[in-house]
Amino acid sequence: MRDAFAEELYAAAREDARIVLVAADISPASAMARFVEEFPGRFVNVGIAEQAMIGMCAGLALRGFRPFAYTIATFAAYRPFEQIRDDLGYQELPVTVVGVGGGINYSALGGTHHAMEDVAVMSAIPGMTVLAPCDPSETRKTVRAALDLAGPAYLRLGKAGEPDLSGSAEPFRFGEIRCLREGADACILGYGPILKLAVAAAEDLARDDVSVAVYSCHTLNPFDAAGVGEVLDRFETAIVLEEHVPRGGLASRVKEVAWDTRATCEISTFTLRDRFIHVYGSHALLLAEHGIDVASMTAAIRTAASSRL
Amino acid sequence: MGHVSSFDVAASQARCRRYRRRILDRSQSVTAMHIAPAFSCLEILDVIYHGFVEPSNREHTFLLSKGHGVVAQYCLLEELGVLERAEVEMAGHDGSRLGGHPDYGLPGIEASTGSLGHGLPLAVGMAYGDRLADRDRRIFVVLSDGEMQEGSTWEAVMLASSLGLDGLVAVIDLNDLQSLGRVSELVPSFYPLEDKLQAFGWDVATVDGHDPAALYEAIDTETGGRPHAVVAKTTKGKGVSFMEGVPIWHYRSPNADEYAQAIREVEQ
Repeated sequence: MRDAFAEELYAAAREDARIVLVAADISPASAMARFVEEFPGRFVNVGIAEQAMIGMCAGLALRGFRPFAYTIATFAAYRPFEQIRDDLGYQELPVTVVGVGGGINYSALGGTHHAMEDVAVMSAIPGMTVLAPCDPSETRKTVRAALDLAGPAYLRLGKAGEPDLSGSAEPFRFGEIRCLREGADACILGYGPILKLAVAAAEDLARDDVSVAVYSCHTLNPFDAAGVGEVLDRFETAIVLEEHVPRGGLASRVKEVAWDTRATCEISTFTLRDRFIHVYGSHALLLAEHGIDVASMTAAIRTAASSRL
Repeated sequence: MGHVSSFDVAASQARCRRYRRRILDRSQSVTAMHIAPAFSCLEILDVIYHGFVEPSNREHTFLLSKGHGVVAQYCLLEELGVLERAEVEMAGHDGSRLGGHPDYGLPGIEASTGSLGHGLPLAVGMAYGDRLADRDRRIFVVLSDGEMQEGSTWEAVMLASSLGLDGLVAVIDLNDLQSLGRVSELVPSFYPLEDKLQAFGWDVATVDGHDPAALYEAIDTETGGRPHAVVAKTTKGKGVSFMEGVPIWHYRSPNADEYAQAIREVEQ
């Protein structure tokens, strides 16, 4: 995803001289090489100084530029939170804050590197767009979507090597949930690269003739309440999958919509636990420690389906 | 370098007397006002606006990073015809657009400040943007000495010199007073501030922050590729004896007797 981000930003920067990338000593290095070579002044490494990174981006935006601030998600969203709120949010400046390794993607690096609450924190800022693509292709779409905005955005990325999930999906539309896979018996609403687990669950269940739809909720703010409401109305079983604490992210938003629309479907949520864990290892291992795995989701859908027989 | 003759010092002093009178008058219509922080930076703002920003047809940028001194900026903007008198009269009243800190989007306000430690990073971005756009503009930022305790300020201090942003001028309003006491007692290791800024690669001058001639000369310096800092030694509440250096006047309006005495003093 970070390579797709860098490639798309390079392509956009060739057409738009206002694009500047400001990094805090973290960069998709190899993919950014062309950008740095062709537009040397438009790549700035501020060093390990995230508050200055955001403030500088705001200053650039006040001068008419379209800056992207880039570092690991925790350092992008948490350390300079007040700069994001005041300099970008309050002043409504078109700066995109890019957090790489959202969720617990940096699984072996520990809790200091886990962005488990970033969607809640960023979505709480009035006017802040929050984007979380599921694969490299969708990452490119969100980069373009961010460039069309008049205000700030937070772009939550995974890392590298994510599989394509959206190759046969319906077209990407900013602010609308996107069907990655059609289904009739249940749906999974999620975002980010762990949607690969949703697709895997859907494939497993398809072998048993249980048909599961999968939606990428890539735009978390503004939230597609209408689209989610329609989905909750259409399915009797809905699963929410997110690599985020249970509050303030997709699970909360879906439940808000369910209340507002008097939805009658059953909603199960698979989120990160509401606590820090001190386990190291692969991304999949940590997700499982948080209770997120394919078998648990397929079991939940099977249970819900059988209870209706 | 030092074209003091091009800056009318007597006129600046007369304006600053008017600003003080204006702020005291304004303070009588609101329950509390940041009078003392404004009084410490009036000469600084007057010299920057009348000496540099206005002669450039406002091509240059002014940011009040110590946003709580905004009544000083309202006086300047009113005097320059950027803000209307009626609007300044309403500042702080119900429904007013003008509040206790600068709000981006209002006439003459180029960034929202108020939370300390934001102005210098913003200025770094503006200065860097001007370089990318090949525009010869200067950016004047006024910071408080208390604000120099913010880590974000030092990130920007480091970055500005590393990027060689010589269009950037930071004037530090060194009034030695923050909410709970003297800066020099809270953080004695902070002094001398000049050494720290020089160590970070800045060009530094120190002046009497209430002397327009000295301020003008110190600000009007070619730095040869380095950002420029002017450490302006000031008195918080300058011009009113009972406010000078007294912490409570950070945010307070004088009563009728205090107002009468203050007016007599500032008009002397």
